[in-house]
Amino acid sequence: MEKFTTLTSKAIPLDIANVDTDQIIPARFLKATDKKGFGDNVFRDWRFNKDNSENPTFILNNSDYNGSILVAGDNFGCGSSREHAAWALVGYGFKVIVSSFFADIFKGNALNNGLLPVQVSEVFLAELMTIIQKNPETKLNVNLQLQVIGIEGSISEHFDIDPYKKTCLINGYDDIDYLLSKKELIEAFETTRSY
Amino acid sequence: MGKTLFDKVWDAHVVDSIENGPQILYIDKHLIHEVTSPQAFNELRDRDISIFRPNQIVATADHNTPTENQHLPVKDELSRNQLTQLSENCKANGITLYELGHKYNGIVHVMAPELGVTQPGMTMVCGDSHTSTHGAFGTIAFGIGTSQVAQVFASQCLLLTKPKSLRVTVNGKLKNGVLPKDVILYIISKLGTNSGTGYFCEYAGDVFENMSMEGRMTVCNMSIEMGARGGMIAPDETTYNYIKGREFAPKGDAFDQKVAYWKTLPTDKDAQFDKEYTFDAEDIEPMITYGTNPGMGIKISEFIPTKTDASFKKSLEYMDFEAGESLINTPINYVFIGSCTNSRIEDFRVAANYIKGKQKADNVTAWLVPGSKQVETQIIDEGLKTVFEDAGFKLRQPGCSACLAMNDDKIPQGEYCVSTSNRNFEGRQGQGARTILASPLVAAATAVAGKIVDITKTIETLETV
Ligand code: SF4
Repeated sequence: MEKFTTLTSKAIPLDIANVDTDQIIPARFLKATDKKGFGDNVFRDWRFNKDNSENPTFILNNSDYNGSILVAGDNFGCGSSREHAAWALVGYGFKVIVSSFFADIFKGNALNNGLLPVQVSEVFLAELMTIIQKNPETKLNVNLQLQVIGIEGSISEHFDIDPYKKTCLINGYDDIDYLLSKKELIEAFETTRSY
Repeated sequence: MGKTLFDKVWDAHVVDSIENGPQILYIDKHLIHEVTSPQAFNELRDRDISIFRPNQIVATADHNTPTENQHLPVKDELSRNQLTQLSENCKANGITLYELGHKYNGIVHVMAPELGVTQPGMTMVCGDSHTSTHGAFGTIAFGIGTSQVAQVFASQCLLLTKPKSLRVTVNGKLKNGVLPKDVILYIISKLGTNSGTGYFCEYAGDVFENMSMEGRMTVCNMSIEMGARGGMIAPDETTYNYIKGREFAPKGDAFDQKVAYWKTLPTDKDAQFDKEYTFDAEDIEPMITYGTNPGMGIKISEFIPTKTDASFKKSLEYMDFEAGESLINTPINYVFIGSCTNSRIEDFRVAANYIKGKQKADNVTAWLVPGSKQVETQIIDEGLKTVFEDAGFKLRQPGCSACLAMNDDKIPQGEYCVSTSNRNFEGRQGQGARTILASPLVAAATAVAGKIVDITKTIETLETV
């Protein structure tokens, strides 16, 4: 997994609440058996019209906005457990998602793919959204070590992250490495199990 | 202080705790299917790690399968490739697979309980969010992502932070025609789609105590739709009787020993929950959804509420409904009875009981899709297939079908579908398709009328099933 420490980037404001993983990557694109290529179809049905032409009103098609941070509405990533949603966002080039609330499974999937979910207060999110909407050139700073997100000379906020996950991201480890190092303990536990 | 059902099962599976971090939780059973497992198998292969406990894994093919002509090769090349990879991966690793056409094949959350794989007190996972279904047995069961599938392959464990506990109590007697699906749609409409985030939910009260195992599965299935990782119901005589005699259930003395253990699992009287909600059974009526998340539900006789937020408006625009309107008499051209929420025999009994002696409306295309081969056989053996066919319906073969717009069964652009599945997200059943979630009874009534009808008007005269 790629390491994550700090990031400074412009951001894309996706001002929609309850973005579910079916929107992030519709089921008909889940037929691949590897992790590549999902970025091309991220938000497919919002980005493209039925005839495959671009939908000019969707924010990802607005050339004023770019960057590797997605600022989204409340309750991001609800619905299906498909990790393809995280692969699609990473594949498209996102490194950080900001929202006031993340669905559990999505959050875990994102962290397992080096995509940082930054949960901020509703008030902060609203301010951030307005600032970026007004000025697409706005740069956001994300510092994982200090757990701070903000705009230089303007607003900033502390965010929480599980300390174990933080260590993993900073060092680029994943859970498999950790679990394999505990094999003996797991085998010992198995001798006591009842199923 | 006493312990909850959830605490008891969770604590019995903790291998180790990391200071200031997650716990290592042991997983008893791991269910897999074709869509979320290939990348995990690849990951292990790439890192040269072997599957730690292949005999604790059970596989089925369900999401990406056709529901007609299953004896023929799968037409779509990508789908066929996914199914072939699953077969090859299972074979190479010694994993039990019930592939397409096998007498035990079915939707993962229908197949495992009916085979007795699911048992109280277990921990179970699957790369599918509706794994919460198995909680009906007093099992900690939840959906995981593909990275976690790989973790369980490698170690039979997961690194997790213990969720908080939530209890939803419903007491009283359900009205005639109010089904388990209505109960859970009602709960979610009251609590919203993220009220359960960070929690594991226990359903308690006499409504759940009096429910069949299949009804309990319908309820627990949709726990994820209020954001909870899983839902649980305490095991009782109904649970033991359901498990007894099934393929993988313990036999003889071993069964009795297990029952003795299962009896220790229910929540202690003095246990504390982090959050509690209580509802009255008498307040619940047949439900339908009008929007694009499962929390946007109303009693079938109610009007769509009026709200001003942007998400609400976007949602109604997608559905082409107006705030304040009633859905009664809305013409409906598609009806889907199936999915891991409502594709078990009791669901088809309810539908057949209503349909018997009536005819399907001409404008309606109805998909009746059993959850498994075993359910399909039951439908035929009990004569329900004949009831359906006499009324102009056709029974399809088992699978996830129109629940997720991945296989061939898709609802066309702009069409409404009254569906017994669990998600009404934009495009969930097909690009531009508009999903209205309901119980199998409401779905059957819609298929007969060709439009949404106020079932509460005829409920008094309905036979209870
Ligand atoms: S029936 Fe639907 S919800 Fe259930 S496992 Fe299949 S796709 Fe998922």
